[in-house]
Amino acid sequence: MSKLTGAQILMEMLKEEGVDTIFGYPGGAVIDVYDELEKTDINHYLVRHEQGAVHAADGYARASGKVGVCLVTSGPGATNTVTGIASAYMDSIPLVVFTGQVPTKLIGNDAFQEVDIVGITRPCTKHNYLVSDVKNLARKVKEAFHIARSGRPGPVLVDLPKDVVNATTNFSPPGEISLRSYNPTYEPNIKQLKKVVSLIRTAKKPVVFSGGGVVLSKAHEELTEFARKGQIPVTSTLMGLGAFPGTDPLWLGMLGMHGTYRANMAVTDCDLLISVGVRFDDRVTGKTDEFASQAKIVQIDIDPTSIQKNVQVSVPVVGDCKISLRQLNELLETEECSDRAEDRQEWLAQIDEWKRTTPLAYKQEDIIKPQYVIDKLYELTKGDAIITTEVGQNQMWAAQYYHFREPGRFITSGGLGVMGFGLPAAIGAQVGAPGNLVVDVAGDGSIQMNIQEMATAVQYNLPVKVVILNNCFLGMVRQWQELFYNKRYASTQFHHTPDFVKLAEAYGAKGLRAKTPDEVEKVLSEGLAHPGAVIMDFVVEQEECVYPMVPAGAPIKNMLLV
Amino acid sequence: MTEKRHLLSILVDNEPGVLSRIVGLFSGRGYNIESLCVAETMDPAISRITMTTRGNPMIIEQIKKQLNKLVNVLKVFDLTGQEYVQREMVLIKVTAVQQHRAEILRITDIFRGQVVDVGQDHFTIKITGDNEKISAILSLLRPFGIREIARTGSIALFREKK
Ligand SMILES: Cc1ncc(C[n+]2csc(CCOP(=O)(O)OP(=O)(O)O)c2C)c(N)n1
Repeated sequence: MSKLTGAQILMEMLKEEGVDTIFGYPGGAVIDVYDELEKTDINHYLVRHEQGAVHAADGYARASGKVGVCLVTSGPGATNTVTGIASAYMDSIPLVVFTGQVPTKLIGNDAFQEVDIVGITRPCTKHNYLVSDVKNLARKVKEAFHIARSGRPGPVLVDLPKDVVNATTNFSPPGEISLRSYNPTYEPNIKQLKKVVSLIRTAKKPVVFSGGGVVLSKAHEELTEFARKGQIPVTSTLMGLGAFPGTDPLWLGMLGMHGTYRANMAVTDCDLLISVGVRFDDRVTGKTDEFASQAKIVQIDIDPTSIQKNVQVSVPVVGDCKISLRQLNELLETEECSDRAEDRQEWLAQIDEWKRTTPLAYKQEDIIKPQYVIDKLYELTKGDAIITTEVGQNQMWAAQYYHFREPGRFITSGGLGVMGFGLPAAIGAQVGAPGNLVVDVAGDGSIQMNIQEMATAVQYNLPVKVVILNNCFLGMVRQWQELFYNKRYASTQFHHTPDFVKLAEAYGAKGLRAKTPDEVEKVLSEGLAHPGAVIMDFVVEQEECVYPMVPAGAPIKNMLLV
Repeated sequence: MTEKRHLLSILVDNEPGVLSRIVGLFSGRGYNIESLCVAETMDPAISRITMTTRGNPMIIEQIKKQLNKLVNVLKVFDLTGQEYVQREMVLIKVTAVQQHRAEILRITDIFRGQVVDVGQDHFTIKITGDNEKISAILSLLRPFGIREIARTGSIALFREKK
């Protein structure tokens, strides 16, 4: 055993947890931690705003499958992380956020840069800690990583008072930890799974409804096998995109407020809804009373609180999505079954009919249509890019027109809907999946919320590509005003916007602009091929709307169509 | 779905901030706390929270699941519908003028209460019992003029099998 300072112990523990990347921003309360960090091999990315650090860690976690780690100072450094933490909490992304804190003696005294960040983040973290004694530090850090990545993942915050990181103690790495009050259930109850199989046997019009849980538990192969075996069409939440190939004939497209016609109709009409890793968010269910109201609903989720929270479920299954689907596949294997493809013919034909009569559509005329930009982006990248998004119309068009084939390729702030998420998340994704093409699909509003992170991208040679669908509006809010507020565009129009090409150049990145439809492909090709960071500014139709649209609170079959 | 009162007994880590997590969960999600009582158990590392809450079956199920999800919560028991013993203590400061004093003492006796403080024109009475008993004595004393009451909230334990 050797005597180490708290800061040194933290470094030891980070190494033990396999951390090689941190996104952060220094300050007085963490200066000692930074001093130790500098002596390690851990790569620290100095962002330009702490919110950016958390979104970057979020993007990193999703692209790499590892826990994202942040380090910030006390007070304002800590409060700046709150939006990012809340977003990661809603989307179940594993993060550990270390915040500096004033010395324990000063806590509660309104000391300089003191804030009760543990109190502030209690409702938006999976768990959090104030480490008040250096003797507990190693164990708390270990617990934090364990809690962040296990069960339903989520962000964990660890608050580090300055005197604790400077105190010394004998360090020996804590062994395996077991928390008596925290034991996620991974193994599903086989009896429940057998009920699911018998429902599949008799269902005429089944639908699989998959969500972020499938992505998080890396259950995409099992999901695809399950759907194909049962010949069951698949829809998904925004967070679930990519878990089932967007090019598969059984794919219905996304469900909900901006879901496809066929997905919303199929769920409304189905007699069995097998939901996996979803939490029935209001953006997906619309009016819950009429959501899949003729169907038996199966819900598989690792988090019992997600089950039966918003809708009544016939067969609840608490367990890991991957293990549950694997076991379901095994059960289906041994099932004596008639030819499923034949059984499903009528149902699949009905779905094809919906797809044929009411596909996702837009008309490219004189002015660039935002959908066209995404279409071209998909074509030019062959669907292989990692796409992050901002929030608003840009996010929905990316979800609708980029056909994701793999999980971890669509990185968006789904639950909280944070404008300003996309650029820092792209930076994190680029760090977490180097060698991949990473594109942030942005609106001209959102991109200005964390535009400062362009400097981070340039400093670390991270070749992220920003595609701005520039409509001079807060487009999604404008769309609501157009449709439900008689076109009263209250505070949604930008009368001044910076020149994004010049702005890119000022940051030391490349700037490109397309003003006409025929320039779109050229700009995209040039921008995507550029070896460094790029902003591509697409001057698009100002008053384009995202369709279909289900008005908030309406049944999902009540879609406004183009 | 009809609303019903439920009595929950919750074992938690005896650590700073734990109560705040629980209370925050209730306020953040719009659940109701009707009474709350917290103290250490035989194991000083564990506290027992006894709480009465109210909701329809779906809400009560969510409350129990959400409580269980908190890392510091060890176990949640729903006593409602089970065999249990429940007690609450109340201190009642009641106006007691000369001509009422005997009557008040008689009522206190019937409810096996105790006068714990006496003044010129008041008694402070201590009563223990379940909810109904406490409501009953409060309604009997109300006509004399109840000045103040302090209630502990319910505490409860399962009955052991005989
Ligand atoms: C931080 C934050 N503030 C406000 C909102 C509300 N909001 C949702 S979409 C939107 C408009 C986004 O505009 P823009 O980024 O230009 O994208 P567009 O919808 O035009 O594609 C706003 C203001 C939000 N989601 N996040």
